[in-house]
Amino acid sequence: MPSVQLDGEPVPADGALPRESLGSFGARPFGFYVHVPYCASRCGYCDFNTYTATELGGGASQAGYAQHAIAEIRQARKVLGESYVPVETVFFGGGTPTLLPAKDLVAMLKAIKGEFGLSADVEVTTEANPESVDEKYLVELAEGGFNRISFGMQSTRPHVLELLERRHTPGRPEQCVRWAYDAGFEQVNLDLIYGTPGETEDDWRASLEAVISAYPDHVSAYSLIVEDGTRLASRIRRGELPMIDEDVHADRYLMTDQLLGEAGYRWYEVSNWAVSEDAHCRHNMLYWTGADWWGVGPGAHSHIGGTRWWNVKHPTAYAQRIEAGHSPGLAREVLTAEDRRIERILLELRIAEGLELGVLSEKGRSAAELALQEKLLEPLPFADGHAVLTLRGRLLADAIVRDLTD
Amino acid sequence: MPALPTDIPLPSKTDPALIRNFCIIAHIDHGKSTLADRMLQLTGVVDERQMRAQYLDRMDIERERGITIKSQAVRLPWRVDGTTHVLNMIDTPGHVDFTYEVSRSLAACEGAILLVDAAQGIEAQTLANLYMALENDLTVIPVLNKIDLPAAQPEKYSEELAKLIGCEPDEVLKVSGKTGAGVPELLDHVVRTLPKPIGDPAGKSRAMIFDSVYDSYRGVVTYVRVVDGYLSKRERILMMSTGATHELLEIGVISPEPKPADGLGPGEVGYLITGVKDVRQSKVGDTITAQNKGATEALAGYKDPKPMVFSGIYPIDGSDYPLLRDALDKLQLNDAALVYEPETSAALGFGFRVGFLGLLHLEIIRERLEREFNLDLIATAPNVVYRVIMENGEEHTVTNPSEFPSDGKIAEVYEPTVRATVLAPSEYIGAIMELCQGRRGSLLGMDYLSEDRVELRYTLPLGEIIFDFFDQLKSKTRGYASLDYDVDGEQVADLVKVDILLHHEKVDAFSAIVHKDRAYNYGVKMAERLKDLIPRQQFEVPIQAAIGARVIARESVRAMRKDVLAKCYGGDISRKRKLLEKQKEGKKRMKMVGRVEVPQEAFIAALSSDSDGPSDAKKK
Ligand SMILES: Nc1nc2c(ncn2[C@@H]2O[C@H](COP(=O)(O)OP(=O)(O)OP(=O)(O)O)[C@@H](O)[C@H]2O)c(=O)[nH]1
Ligand SMILES: C[S@@+](CC[C@H](N)C(=O)[O-])C[C@H]1O[C@@H](n2cnc3c(N)ncnc32)[C@H](O)[C@@H]1O
Ligand code: SF4
Ligand SMILES: [Mg+2]
Repeated sequence: MPSVQLDGEPVPADGALPRESLGSFGARPFGFYVHVPYCASRCGYCDFNTYTATELGGGASQAGYAQHAIAEIRQARKVLGESYVPVETVFFGGGTPTLLPAKDLVAMLKAIKGEFGLSADVEVTTEANPESVDEKYLVELAEGGFNRISFGMQSTRPHVLELLERRHTPGRPEQCVRWAYDAGFEQVNLDLIYGTPGETEDDWRASLEAVISAYPDHVSAYSLIVEDGTRLASRIRRGELPMIDEDVHADRYLMTDQLLGEAGYRWYEVSNWAVSEDAHCRHNMLYWTGADWWGVGPGAHSHIGGTRWWNVKHPTAYAQRIEAGHSPGLAREVLTAEDRRIERILLELRIAEGLELGVLSEKGRSAAELALQEKLLEPLPFADGHAVLTLRGRLLADAIVRDLTD
Repeated sequence: MPALPTDIPLPSKTDPALIRNFCIIAHIDHGKSTLADRMLQLTGVVDERQMRAQYLDRMDIERERGITIKSQAVRLPWRVDGTTHVLNMIDTPGHVDFTYEVSRSLAACEGAILLVDAAQGIEAQTLANLYMALENDLTVIPVLNKIDLPAAQPEKYSEELAKLIGCEPDEVLKVSGKTGAGVPELLDHVVRTLPKPIGDPAGKSRAMIFDSVYDSYRGVVTYVRVVDGYLSKRERILMMSTGATHELLEIGVISPEPKPADGLGPGEVGYLITGVKDVRQSKVGDTITAQNKGATEALAGYKDPKPMVFSGIYPIDGSDYPLLRDALDKLQLNDAALVYEPETSAALGFGFRVGFLGLLHLEIIRERLEREFNLDLIATAPNVVYRVIMENGEEHTVTNPSEFPSDGKIAEVYEPTVRATVLAPSEYIGAIMELCQGRRGSLLGMDYLSEDRVELRYTLPLGEIIFDFFDQLKSKTRGYASLDYDVDGEQVADLVKVDILLHHEKVDAFSAIVHKDRAYNYGVKMAERLKDLIPRQQFEVPIQAAIGARVIARESVRAMRKDVLAKCYGGDISRKRKLLEKQKEGKKRMKMVGRVEVPQEAFIAALSSDSDGPSDAKKK
């Protein structure tokens, strides 16, 4: 079990929020994230808070999971009070939410609807592993109120999928996209990973072309990150796999933006492209614009009005807290005005809407001027008071954030 | 343990006829401190329980490196022919950087044990120390040490040593500092053959300060050798060079820990404490006399040691500058050879230009600053002092390469030279000559010490030997050569300043003064090194080495193309913010050279030369 690290102040047993945070609840869009911490097997690169049956041993069972999550949803209602704030977005992520029976996912969604109500144009997404769903399953979800789905495709090349230790076969994700549209999903995303050791430029082009011909309305493309403690990391350390080359990543990113652009997808966040504004993932936009959301489940993170907190990570610990009627919150931080300012720069600079220049300090402002000169920021929005990254700027986003937060 | 004799003469009540003052001198590692250990034990001043190897190497840094840095004087009782005599034994350092330490010790003695490793024979510092002892009119006792070693060749080296000193081979004593064999005989010999101190017991008191050490508990402890008359406790004394007067709060002898006494008499060696806080008030080489009716003529003093090697020392964290200044002030209290003055570097910020006796001295001071004062430091590449004469007759003394005039109106540049002595088996003559030639040396002479050992004497530019010369010498002679050198003068040389430019900005900390023929090599090497050390920036960073406006080498660090974590991170914004904070911490530790962020480690790595010269010999 991972060591318990607080890294913040403790959350009170009843989960009560500081008054100043609660006070502004409802002033921003509100969403729910439900974390489902189970996977059939662990992919070699993945360090998400997820567990296989073997890893869990005899611990918390998947079967009881929905009930525990629903109990937390009820706690949320108590903590947030009775004010009517309908939910704008719900996102089931993982792990592999689709390892649970569709009825469990639907039950959790119903609980959210029952406690809070859903807004008329609510966006309800689940992540899904391509091998874990079939037509029937997708129909059940769509009928239960899900309208957006995100499949972890990663690549179309067998040798890349094998290195990533994915369980599905090439072609399956495209099949899933068709099933999803047929079942009535309005929005479909495919997740891709580039820069896997051994992946060539042609391999990556093939993956992009496969995605484009499957016609999802949204694509997320991530560069493979070697996370400490993963099998991928130890294989690289032992020299079995070559170290990942950042220049190659840069080339892949440029190709991604070009091919997706030609096919009608526009970036709206560093790693996200969509065919239209309607196709944006509104839930992710909550994260990036400082809105409010409640994260349900082990290790889930929440944010309400300037307080961020996170739940205990392990499913067993989570189940124990819920059963005891306690908040599963492990620790929290109440953001200072400066923290919020830094976060705004950090988050908003990564989205195509950009960052209001007024947020910057004097030093940050001159760093922005310099970035403009270096063609890392777009000139037109800049003239309008916004910092929006250019293509080259997106590739250097973290460095620019460091400069702009000075 | 031998019982202490019961008739030990007390300090200030010791007949000078019973006193023998001597130091142990030798090449590095020939076993001085180990021999001193046996003397401490045999005379009974240190018992079995307290004994540890190289007892007198008291500083941590001496113990870790297994070398002696400071001389240590100890009073020992020794019974010969039924009378207990008093020996003042001084263990001295062997490394060439600390020759100054040896020379001061010699002035407190009438005799010297010249120790030679029976497996190595005479080496360069054997000669240097012998000549110093002879200049001081000391009686020299030749001794072969380490005769217990299987590789010892006592016959061969007795002859070598006898030839050098001008005595018979059978007059060379043979001991083992390890087993103690021959040491009692050596002590007897010291008593029988060394002259007793001459001085006037009835004269006005005069004592020579041969060392002065700052101790944080007791203030300045001054080590003296009384020549004439008596000093007694509570007396008021006068420092003859400054005219300052002090009360003697404590006076005594070291045996081997300080032992307060009533006073010190003629010929005796001991310490005194006056309460002064600064060693400069109790200056090495000064003469102490009584305040009332004291002597009017001072004893001959010492020349102040002259720093030969300079380096810029900077705190990595700029806010540590005042701490660094205090630390240097403190170390200087114990180290007359340490000089420094503030300087600023565009690249490194505020720091000091510090002068040292040599690279080992530099290394030790730096290590002590870091360890004893908890500082993180960057030191620029060491350099020697140049004298630059301009066409208009103006003269500059350059201790910092970045101050080397670069406007081309230089008439002449003078560099310091040394007289170097290399001792080695004769089969390596060719290799040594080749090396010295390559370092712009000129041969002064060559002598055979024995059939197969030669002494080569060279004039060499100091700047050519402070880096890797000794390493090269060792490797070209399979470790058999030894080196000694002494600053000797200066010579006109064809020297140029090579600047290093990062993104077209000169980095003062990397400027170096090198011989014209070596400038290109230096430039290429530095540019290559920096290319690997400087992280990629958002723009391409050209690295150039230049002499004046002429670029002699260039490299470049390609622009960083990707610096973004393009991963799905969900709602864990706290982690992202903390990561940013960590990165910004890292950024703060970068030094800005123009717009280029240079990590401290890059400076350190670029400035640490491939090898550290003679000091390496002592890293065990
Ligand atoms: N076998 C043997 N080894 C010895 C003897 N004397 C000294 N050594 C070893 O030689 C090394 C150097 O001895 P030191 O006594 O530190 O030499 P030193 O001359 O004081 O060295 P510096 O003070 O650095 O000049 C140590 O490893 C000793 O153990 C000896 O008589 N026999
Ligand atoms: C929350 S994960 C889990 C989704 C789902 N279980 C799956 O794997 O398809 C969402 C996405 O993050 C991406 N991802 C996970 N680990 C990554 C890593 N180490 N480097 C880059 N992308 C990663 C993958 O593209 C994955 O589809
Ligand atoms: S399926 Fe998704 S969550 Fe599970 S291990 Fe693989 S990448 Fe991680
Ligand atoms: Mg020693």
